[in-house]
Amino acid sequence: MKHIPTPAQTVGPFYGYALPFKDGENLIHPSRPGAVRLHGTVTDGDGATIPDALLEIWQPDAEGAIPQETGSLVRDGYTFTGWGRATVDNVGHYTFTTLNPGPTAPGKAPFILLTVFARGLMDRLHTRIYLPEDIQALENDPLLSSLEEPERRTLIAEREADGGLRFDIRLQGEGQTAFLSYPRTPQQVGAAE
Amino acid sequence: MAEPNTNPDAAVTSQEEISQEIGTLHEKYRTSLQAGGPEETTARLNFPPYRSSLLRHPTKSLHHTDPEEIELHSPAFGERDVHALESDLTIQHNGEPLGERIIVAGKVIDGDGRPVAGQLIEVWQANAAGRYIHKRDQHPAPIDPNFTGVGRAITGADGSYSFTTIKPAPYPWKNHFNAWRPAHIHFSMFGTDFTQRIITQMYFPGDPLFSLDPIYQSIVDQNARDRLVAQYDHSVSQHEWATGYRWDIVLSGSNRTWTEADQEEH
Repeated sequence: MKHIPTPAQTVGPFYGYALPFKDGENLIHPSRPGAVRLHGTVTDGDGATIPDALLEIWQPDAEGAIPQETGSLVRDGYTFTGWGRATVDNVGHYTFTTLNPGPTAPGKAPFILLTVFARGLMDRLHTRIYLPEDIQALENDPLLSSLEEPERRTLIAEREADGGLRFDIRLQGEGQTAFLSYPRTPQQVGAAE
Repeated sequence: MAEPNTNPDAAVTSQEEISQEIGTLHEKYRTSLQAGGPEETTARLNFPPYRSSLLRHPTKSLHHTDPEEIELHSPAFGERDVHALESDLTIQHNGEPLGERIIVAGKVIDGDGRPVAGQLIEVWQANAAGRYIHKRDQHPAPIDPNFTGVGRAITGADGSYSFTTIKPAPYPWKNHFNAWRPAHIHFSMFGTDFTQRIITQMYFPGDPLFSLDPIYQSIVDQNARDRLVAQYDHSVSQHEWATGYRWDIVLSGSNRTWTEADQEEH
């Protein structure tokens, strides 16, 4: 790379009056057909809930198309922009209302990209929320196939009876969510080995 | 060595102890670098002097992933999302905020030097007394009824941005006893690929609190730390109005296949 990227710093504790916006967590109005509740809890290495995490999701629409419409920050209630932002509540629980993403190409496993920010977390963490239904597509998925079963399981959402999706996030320890790194994107966990 | 107290509000450790922990980690890094080890360019997720990181960093390694279609794109933002006046943090109320009026301007580019055009930048900060408009900020410094400390902008075709604001003050926090954060402005940015998403903090040159701050020092490489510090730039200052700072931001590398047509757009 020609230029070295600017380092990250934690979102800190005081983003609450700055980053959340009206209907940030509602990518689609809850009353619209196809609306799905995506929710879960964010916990730390002690299993304690984190009351000050900020989450973002970014996803294709139900047909697998990548939305490129503006208006996420000023939602009109009809346009699906594919991106949303939610804060957790006092007991570490988050809720988005969105659509089930479609596969971006035939046979691909549909997933929602999830990004986690928190006080105490020096840089954002990316992960994927896979839909549980298309077993064949999940088996063929290059990321999932590269993971051992306990970690693979952390990336597949649970479908609830009302059609909702449950996805818990564990930052550390037993059952830690599998977090992702990408080419050309520096991310430093600890000292280099 | 005793287990560090992980309660983020305990504030039991002294600055000397925190500084010593920072010094040890930095010394190890310098030794590794001299022995040909890799250069670090960003903050460490696991940085024990920043107590809140202890239970909130992943202990299992991250999984190297080839980005798929959605990760190679970012949401689109535009005039519908952000009004042009939102980049001036000094005109959001009926009166003028107190403090030193400043302009912070710069460019957002990606690792290959392409301007990041038409993308969202969000900023937030404490006021001139070091107080945030946030219900959990209990620092007994005055709230300024004319300053909220939140701004947004959409980058120009050349990746440029400019905010007019008030210079924030340092403020105390509870990482350790008598802990003070260097003055900073929080910045949040999107790139062309969602993998480039970043939230960080911009600092002011010559801050005496730099060496004491475990958040700033969680970047163990001095050159990398310097990239978060704005420079005073007299060409940004405005006659009888505001002093100016320049801070250019480099996002990580895009993983898209860029065509010549893409390049010519800029």
